[in-house]
Amino acid sequence: MTKKIPMRDGYGKALLELIERNPKVIALDADVAKSTRTVWVRDKFPSNFIDVGIAEQDLVGTAAGLALGGMLPFTSTYGVFMAGRAWDQIRTTVCYNRLNVKIAGAHAGISVGPDGATHQALEDVAIMRVLPNMTVVVPCDAEETRKATLAIAALDGPCYIRFGREAVPVVTDESTPFELGKARLCREGDDVTIIANGAMLYEALEAAKVLEADGLGATVLNLHTVKPLDVEAIVGSARRTGCVVTAEEHQIAGGMGSAVAECLALNQPVPIEFVGVKDTFGESGQPQELMDAYGLNAAAIVEKAKAVVARKV
Amino acid sequence: MDSKELRAMCRTVRRDIITMIHTAKSGHPGGSLSATELVVGLYFGDIINVDPKNPEWAERDRFILSKGHVAPVLYSVLARKGFFPVETLSTLRRFGSILQGHPHKDHTPGLDCSASSLGQGLSISNGLGLAFKKLGTAQRVYCLLGDGELQEGQIWEAVMFAAQNKLDNVCAIVDFNHVQLDGTIEEIKNLDNLPARWLDFGWNVIELDGHNVEAVVEAYRLAATVKGRPTVLIAHTVKGKGVSFMENQSDWHGNAPNDEQCAAALAEIGGGSDD
Repeated sequence: MTKKIPMRDGYGKALLELIERNPKVIALDADVAKSTRTVWVRDKFPSNFIDVGIAEQDLVGTAAGLALGGMLPFTSTYGVFMAGRAWDQIRTTVCYNRLNVKIAGAHAGISVGPDGATHQALEDVAIMRVLPNMTVVVPCDAEETRKATLAIAALDGPCYIRFGREAVPVVTDESTPFELGKARLCREGDDVTIIANGAMLYEALEAAKVLEADGLGATVLNLHTVKPLDVEAIVGSARRTGCVVTAEEHQIAGGMGSAVAECLALNQPVPIEFVGVKDTFGESGQPQELMDAYGLNAAAIVEKAKAVVARKV
Repeated sequence: MDSKELRAMCRTVRRDIITMIHTAKSGHPGGSLSATELVVGLYFGDIINVDPKNPEWAERDRFILSKGHVAPVLYSVLARKGFFPVETLSTLRRFGSILQGHPHKDHTPGLDCSASSLGQGLSISNGLGLAFKKLGTAQRVYCLLGDGELQEGQIWEAVMFAAQNKLDNVCAIVDFNHVQLDGTIEEIKNLDNLPARWLDFGWNVIELDGHNVEAVVEAYRLAATVKGRPTVLIAHTVKGKGVSFMENQSDWHGNAPNDEQCAAALAEIGGGSDD
């Protein structure tokens, strides 16, 4: 049985590490501190924690002011409200001014489960990556979330980090390399490239095993940084395998797969298939039940991989 | 500056506003003219602590122009204060200009933050005020709000935040000119009992005649002495103040004067010297 930990634990851990090193790090929340794990900051470093109440627009604006005043603010709430409710504040105040504000979208994806569609952020990557000056990171497990949080803290400028609610399989450890903007090669094969991030990375690795048993070699790239895009890694792998499948817990439109498709259309046109949510809202259900119902699992990736291999000329 | 010089500076700034918007053939004269004394008093009344030779000086006070569409009044004041040459004002809204139609921090020396997606400035000011508290500095933050802008919900989120966090280093100013783009405030979404609304939210409230520049300076001084809660100056003003045909007219919210209107406006405002 694979060990499972929620990614948000990695976020909370990283915030504590950061504040120990730099007292200017401030964690801001909008009344969901227990969910996002910023409650750990509240308990351990109360003067580095601010709860603005249920006011996401004020959350981002206040963080912007803190950044202008020399602080290093992290804003945290559910991804659907973080990216959606405060989008104009993120666009015009944070990104236009290139402010050093770190924005965390928690409980992202359909796997938030029983809360239903209102709370399932499936559009956040699209509306964040379209913003100039923004960096967008989608880590795959708790440890990578920890590393990604530390990495965006070291970068001067706006960053969006997205992670889920549920405990997800651990696929990296402390020694696994992580570099912002660099896709990580997880596995090599010659027949198809699978590019995944977030919780779908584990599914991609499982799919690669199934494909191998069926005689197909899969390269798996962990594209944790959606922006800036690692063009070299994407193009290099597409050139070698001749076809690509992307897999993400997000709408197909505008998400990581779209970013990959934009890149390949320009640099290395190859057949591509997308695993993601197909222009629909989610609904209530158990996390795994929903992932299966919406085709966000290893079986869906295997099916798309076989389809895209068949399209190769 | 003494009172006479302050009044002369207000006329100079009003002339700049009209000339800039006339040259640019677009812009927002009404709210720029109503806010003139409020911005001149802040920068020339020995209130805001800034250094035109060192615009990025970290220990400076901050001014957040939340109603960013009145950028011309701030651009004129920054130029007259010495942040950039007065001649630059004629480039307002032109391609390549440091004077964007709505303010952009990275373009303009002396500008502390971009704004004018309305409703955002007070939250930004609060964040700055909080940072200064955490750093233990005496820096102050001034935030100019439009009255119509108070219809934005985020303003009231920020009003609550500032009171909750006792941000006595934050001073908001409401340019209460009663006119917005589509008509009067009273017709569209009224602000009846505005001082009481701020008081009820836990703010210190100072009401004043926003066109009496000495009263404006005095109000800023008074605000700085109040501890434990933020202060709002509710400045009673006239949209388009100083140009009779623009006064109280929503049509002059965002329209540029033509050649004749520009000449008439400049003649009415008069010269820079006091009389």
